[in-house]
Amino acid sequence: MKIVVLVKQVPDTAADKRLDPDTLAVDRGAVDGLINEMDEFAIEEALQLVEKHGGEVTVVSMGPEDATDAYKKALQMGAHKAVFLTDPALAGSDALATSYALAQVLGALEYDLVILGSEASDARTSLVPALLAERLGLPQLSFAAKVEVDGSAIKINRLTDYGHDVVEATLPAVVSVVEKINEPRYPSFKGIMAAKKKPVDTLDVSSASIDAALVGWAGSRSKVVDATVAPPRAKGTIVTDEGNGGTELVEFLASKKFV
Amino acid sequence: MSEILVLVEHTDGDVKKVTLELLTKARELGEPSAVYIGSGFDKAKDKLADYGAAKVYVADAAELTGYVVAPKAELLAKLVADASPAAVLVAATAEGKEIAGRLAIKTDSGILTDAVDLKLDGDVFVAEQSIFGGSSVVHSAVTAGTPIIAMRPNATAPTPGAAAAERVDVAVELTDSAKLAKVVEKVAVAKGDRPELTEAAIVVSGGRGVGSAEKFSVIEALADQLGAAVGASRAAVDSGWYPHQSQVGQTGKTVSPQLYVACGISGAIQNRAGMQTSKTIVAVNKDPEAPIFELVDYGVVGDLFNVVPQATEEIAKRK
Repeated sequence: MKIVVLVKQVPDTAADKRLDPDTLAVDRGAVDGLINEMDEFAIEEALQLVEKHGGEVTVVSMGPEDATDAYKKALQMGAHKAVFLTDPALAGSDALATSYALAQVLGALEYDLVILGSEASDARTSLVPALLAERLGLPQLSFAAKVEVDGSAIKINRLTDYGHDVVEATLPAVVSVVEKINEPRYPSFKGIMAAKKKPVDTLDVSSASIDAALVGWAGSRSKVVDATVAPPRAKGTIVTDEGNGGTELVEFLASKKFV
Repeated sequence: MSEILVLVEHTDGDVKKVTLELLTKARELGEPSAVYIGSGFDKAKDKLADYGAAKVYVADAAELTGYVVAPKAELLAKLVADASPAAVLVAATAEGKEIAGRLAIKTDSGILTDAVDLKLDGDVFVAEQSIFGGSSVVHSAVTAGTPIIAMRPNATAPTPGAAAAERVDVAVELTDSAKLAKVVEKVAVAKGDRPELTEAAIVVSGGRGVGSAEKFSVIEALADQLGAAVGASRAAVDSGWYPHQSQVGQTGKTVSPQLYVACGISGAIQNRAGMQTSKTIVAVNKDPEAPIFELVDYGVVGDLFNVVPQATEEIAKRK
């Protein structure tokens, strides 16, 4: 089976992120970029599926031209080839514009499954899987904690507030995974060396048949009006438990009328 | 007054608190019409009326809930086309956002997610969003089509304001593409009587320091004394000590309660991203250097197995 995995390079979660005061977009230059953590689970799931059923994994990533670490990590883990969409015209794309651009790239590829992480750690909208399913007219199998493929049938466990739904569909389909689904492998030394020789197809807006008017700042359907850094929280009271820490804690809660 | 559609979140007619919050917000900005999809409307009607739904569009065809989100988006798209509302409000839950996203494509509209407030600037809806784990606040607006706004639970205090909740039955002929992902089984885990995590006024959370599934009973006991929901850090969930539905933080739920009590949670950025906008934060941790103490209003450095049971007992005594 042919699987496309979508990966995103994001600012390091542990770093202090900020918005660029001029563009009101995430200041990607200010912090190190790396692969969105949830995407590693998507790659792992794809690799396990082709190890079981045969086939190949193509990784697709979209981002600024230096945002190459994410797809390289996927190649090192074992993905077979990469497609990298980069163009200054894409800067500022919201989730809707991003999903359009990715759908155009997918339109030129052959696949049975599209797998992606269910959330990116930067914007955390969790929108792209549903948007892609809508745009591609494919089954939406999102928040998957378990994936089973049998011929052209696919079955997932979709996590919900009350537990999970078992959902069935026919391939091709869009699957988004949660971090409970597997244990992503570390790239081996051999994998890291092999990745350097794997094919990478770099696309821009025109070679991906993307209408530049529908992406970037101008093509987005929402805009940031203003942004401010929230004032830091006032420093709290810290006490050391000397036998009555619990009682003192309740005193505090009572002073705030929680008890 | 312009009509604002509010998608109702409910379980067989039990309306979730977030829906009452959305109705309250919609009343400030226009005239709310609730959209009720699924069975159980008779049970939900009074509550929707009490919180100001002038109209309720009711769609109870079974096939609307038998597939993953797409049918609900089709129904809403039909309503948007027919009623031309000023805006559509949904809860910023996993499913709410997915429905909203698909609706945005169908109606060629913009979408804003995870809003913590919504105001009108002239006739433009301006959403406030708290990003980067609460360290920045942005205001955003939709620039095309019908504004679709997904609002976080606990963003608005729900206040009653009676209206008629006049029932308007609606139906939609689903396209084949809405019926591609079929739900064949719903599996529920025992939930108990505690409040829903994202809606609770108080959340008591346990982390790595709790040490085992059995010892989460210490966290639960305090939660029950406070009438709180129980949360868990990713470390605790990944260790199998508590179910994933309870996970707070990046890749889990974002909570914004009046009071968040962190027990044995170091406060790694992944957890902070899910709780940093809580109004009051309290922590118990034996490591005085734990980053959680940078966030707290009140912190106790000590063994949670001494401090938490003592607090539980003290609250019981005061009742």
